[in-house]
Amino acid sequence: MNPQQVLGQFRATGLETCFHGRHIGAQILDGLDGSNWRLKDYEARGGYQALRRILGVDGSEGLTPDQVIAAVKESALRGRGGAGFPTGLKWSFMPRQFPGQKYLVCNSDEGEPGTCKDRDILQFNPHIVIEGMIIAAYAMGITVGYNYIHGEIFQTYDRFEDALREARAAGLLGDRILGSSLNFQLHAAHGFGAYICGEETALLESLEGKKGQPRFKPPFPASFGLYGKPTTVNNTETFAAVPWIIRNGAQAYLQCGKPNNGGTKIYSVSGDVERPGNYEIPMGTPFSVLLELAGGVRTGRQLKAVIPGGSSAPVLPASIMMDCTMDYDSIAKAGSMLGSGAVIVMDDSRCMVKSLQRLSYFYMHESCGQCTPCREGTGWLSRVVDRIENGQGRQADMDLLDNVAENIQGRTICALGDAAAMPVRAMIKHFRPEFEYHVANKTCMVPAYV
Amino acid sequence: MISSESRARFEQEVAKYPADQRQSAVMACLAIAQQEIGYVSAEAEAEIAEFLGMAPMAVHEVTTFYNMYNQRPVGKYKLNVCTNLPCQLRDGARALRHLEKKLGISMGESTDDGMFTLQQCECLGACADSPVLLVNDRTMCSFMTEEKLDQLVDGLRATEGNA
Repeated sequence: MNPQQVLGQFRATGLETCFHGRHIGAQILDGLDGSNWRLKDYEARGGYQALRRILGVDGSEGLTPDQVIAAVKESALRGRGGAGFPTGLKWSFMPRQFPGQKYLVCNSDEGEPGTCKDRDILQFNPHIVIEGMIIAAYAMGITVGYNYIHGEIFQTYDRFEDALREARAAGLLGDRILGSSLNFQLHAAHGFGAYICGEETALLESLEGKKGQPRFKPPFPASFGLYGKPTTVNNTETFAAVPWIIRNGAQAYLQCGKPNNGGTKIYSVSGDVERPGNYEIPMGTPFSVLLELAGGVRTGRQLKAVIPGGSSAPVLPASIMMDCTMDYDSIAKAGSMLGSGAVIVMDDSRCMVKSLQRLSYFYMHESCGQCTPCREGTGWLSRVVDRIENGQGRQADMDLLDNVAENIQGRTICALGDAAAMPVRAMIKHFRPEFEYHVANKTCMVPAYV
Repeated sequence: MISSESRARFEQEVAKYPADQRQSAVMACLAIAQQEIGYVSAEAEAEIAEFLGMAPMAVHEVTTFYNMYNQRPVGKYKLNVCTNLPCQLRDGARALRHLEKKLGISMGESTDDGMFTLQQCECLGACADSPVLLVNDRTMCSFMTEEKLDQLVDGLRATEGNA
């Protein structure tokens, strides 16, 4: 065997994470098997029909850009990257009559611990993202776009480049798309290891060939984005949702979710479950159903806690989580956030101090260093959690952690500071006795699993 | 010196961006250079700076900001193991420990024969596949049980004999 053959044996097939047949009403991951990612397969699944309809090249009268934006607004599609901002509203912020270039950017820099959905979308259904981006470009009058892909998933970047070549060859990208007057050039770019570039203005800096340090907002990207031009940045899954909305109607999309939370959502379930993976289910599905799809908590264990929206989201104890439905509003009401839809499940063998130790190290490592409260504060948090875990904590440390976190939150240019602070505060709020036990006894309340 | 093949790939990357924004291709050019020579040398940075019309320091800023650029030579195979919380819950840290034992080095070090460099890394975005590791920036290996880790290391070592 040559080295590539050796490594090839360990390549993810998607069987466990994506093609398990355990989705409910899937729109994005429906009908995929790992080999049917090509243009002809996507078209056989109804792909590029939405584009043909809005352009009126399928014999229908077409949709105006305003009609497309109105449909996306009506569908209650909200940004799938983490913030949950209404997509149609974001699109309407773009200036209509702008004399210069405007840009469309897809944020595929998926690095929020717990999240691995955009990888599977891009790997196994890349054309759905391309079609969504073309429709968005049409709606906002944009002629150039970039998809910025997480550097760690290079095979997926190569896959997306292949899909772009297919789309260009078929006249779906480039000048006069499908014979219409629409022009749209789309390119792939990649990161190279920086969590912060998932923040949209850091991503734009990175696309400009610089360090990925976030910009102060306002001005927002819609007025000052890539190269200082009006730019819309949406998440991969957000673009992937658009073709279905156009094909089936905004009302149908809204109805398969719940009010203010349209459509389906892909949840990446990781941690202490029997079947970790991506699960696409309607918005508003009870958490207990999602947990069951993922095979339930590891055999012989009880659910202890869940981080419902990626590592930046506040942790929720099992009792609160089991009453939640999986949508933006329900999780927010419970005191956390749906974020990117990354559900990290922890069972009763887990030590919360040790868990927080790894999380806090992550934010310290990934702070871009631009704002003092975050640069210094994340290191401080990490060191204090470290000493508690290592049996050198002090009784005042819990209040110190809370105080440091409070002084980071809201005092930084971007949300990484908040993302570092929120898990700390939530861990102490819900599991304070565990931290106190650690300090008093210099050991874990929970026996070590590993 | 960067090869003409890599130069041709630089050109493809630059073509994605407006003519006055060649700098946008710096991330890709550095990654291509690293693929060719194993790390980002000062000479490579200087060549890329000249090619893109950037100050050498602006290129160096990029090299040092992003985790995946190697600022010094590494082993023939760089193994980056994710140990973030979702992976920690599914034996990510254990996989790292196992490789440390197997290779006889600590994370951050390289084997004496120059074959392997072992690193802990931040989220690879493959949390459901844990334990996961990334080999030489471009090849992700999923569900890496201890048995598979052995298979990977032994398999790569065996290819040396075949060469």
